[in-house]
Amino acid sequence: MSEKENNPVTEQNPPLKKESEPLLSKRRKKFISDPLVDDNPITLQVLGICSALAVTSQLEPTFVMAVAVIFVIVFSNLITSLLRNMIPTRIRIITQLAIIATLVILVDQVLRAYFFDVSKLLSVFVGLIITNCIVMGRLEAFAMGNKPWDSVLDGLGSGLGYSWVILAVAFFRELLGSGSLFGFKVWEAIGLGGMPNNGLMVTSVGAFIVLGLIIWVQRSRTGYVEH
Amino acid sequence: MQQSNGYIITFAIIMTVIVGGLLGAANQVLAPAQKKALELDNKKAILKSVMKLEASSDVEKIYADRIKSFVVDANGNKVAGKVAEDINIRKQSKAKDADRLYPVYKFLSAADKNKTEAYILPLFGNGLWNNIWGYIALKSDFNTVAGIVFDHAGETPGLGARITEEAIQERYKNRLIFDQNGKLISVKMVKGEGHPEAELGEHMVDGMSGATLTANGVNAMLYTYLDYYLPYIKKNRQ
Repeated sequence: MSEKENNPVTEQNPPLKKESEPLLSKRRKKFISDPLVDDNPITLQVLGICSALAVTSQLEPTFVMAVAVIFVIVFSNLITSLLRNMIPTRIRIITQLAIIATLVILVDQVLRAYFFDVSKLLSVFVGLIITNCIVMGRLEAFAMGNKPWDSVLDGLGSGLGYSWVILAVAFFRELLGSGSLFGFKVWEAIGLGGMPNNGLMVTSVGAFIVLGLIIWVQRSRTGYVEH
Repeated sequence: MQQSNGYIITFAIIMTVIVGGLLGAANQVLAPAQKKALELDNKKAILKSVMKLEASSDVEKIYADRIKSFVVDANGNKVAGKVAEDINIRKQSKAKDADRLYPVYKFLSAADKNKTEAYILPLFGNGLWNNIWGYIALKSDFNTVAGIVFDHAGETPGLGARITEEAIQERYKNRLIFDQNGKLISVKMVKGEGHPEAELGEHMVDGMSGATLTANGVNAMLYTYLDYYLPYIKKNRQ
């Protein structure tokens, strides 16, 4: 829509050659920046909560989960966008699911082959990326109606928006619950070896609390109100 | 045209073939690496029953250095030509009692390679929701538990799944599996949590609150497998 406003095509002055948009134009940068804060999939749309709660007790599996989700959302957006004019409308949801499921199974198989310990920790939650509403939502709402490059950027934006939130949750949960970051004992390193661990942070209750606080801080800053 | 039934069916078929082919190929390519990762994980579990492993530990090297494995049959006699690591406990548990093969892993002393510090035996059974398995290490007297590890496929997180926690597994250390008369008692996990050590004695360990059914599975698994290995243990116990 904004494309038309920027390049008004008038009868008197028909453009001979349509100027191509820069790869990272202002409009396209918004695809990445919007989901980071203003339209964050977790804190504003409150999607993908299940995995955000389940895998965030330590940073390492959370990081792998974030990479997996970014990979799946970017490539499923790209593939869906490339196929968008071929996919029959009546079976579009099944087609989207097949694309996501294929990518997720690939990720799962690779993890099992090369990162066995992490895949044991993530267990079923890698498979559950298939049902992650963030991925499905982007395919249906964006990739079905937009060009491939735009879709890749949109997927990257949503993936990063998801990632920073779960990493932030995991940071506090691992620090307060286990006293470490990426398995590195932080309190002992700075000479506070006696720092007690908060058992609540290791359970999913801790994730609810941290996530709630992050959403609170963010919404009080952006002024977003639920209607 | 795009909405016709013919197009939709053709599209679906082509999609299925492409997706299926892709996943099949990926599985073929990754299978060897996955098998290796599984084997390494198994070796880690075996070693963990007798020692602490750091993230930086070279599992393959320690395993090659300290573990000597062989296979025994239902009567406790050594079976030649079988590799213990290749024996699938899940499959063996479904075989007939007399035909079953039992791997034994000897944990050798670091100082003297002719001395065995512990005998590590596999375990396999059913928890509340799905299979549970693990390894029990017995000291060379074949009576004292040197250590134990458990793993599970689908126990409830925070309840039955706690059997994978070190704190729970620590409870089994130095418990005895035989009574004074040499009768197999095994080690039993009791119902409820917070029992004082004095109350539990040599053949019981503290339970897991809210996971009694998983504990029952663990108890049954322990007794069954110690019983399976009884002929071998009796032959070698002084």
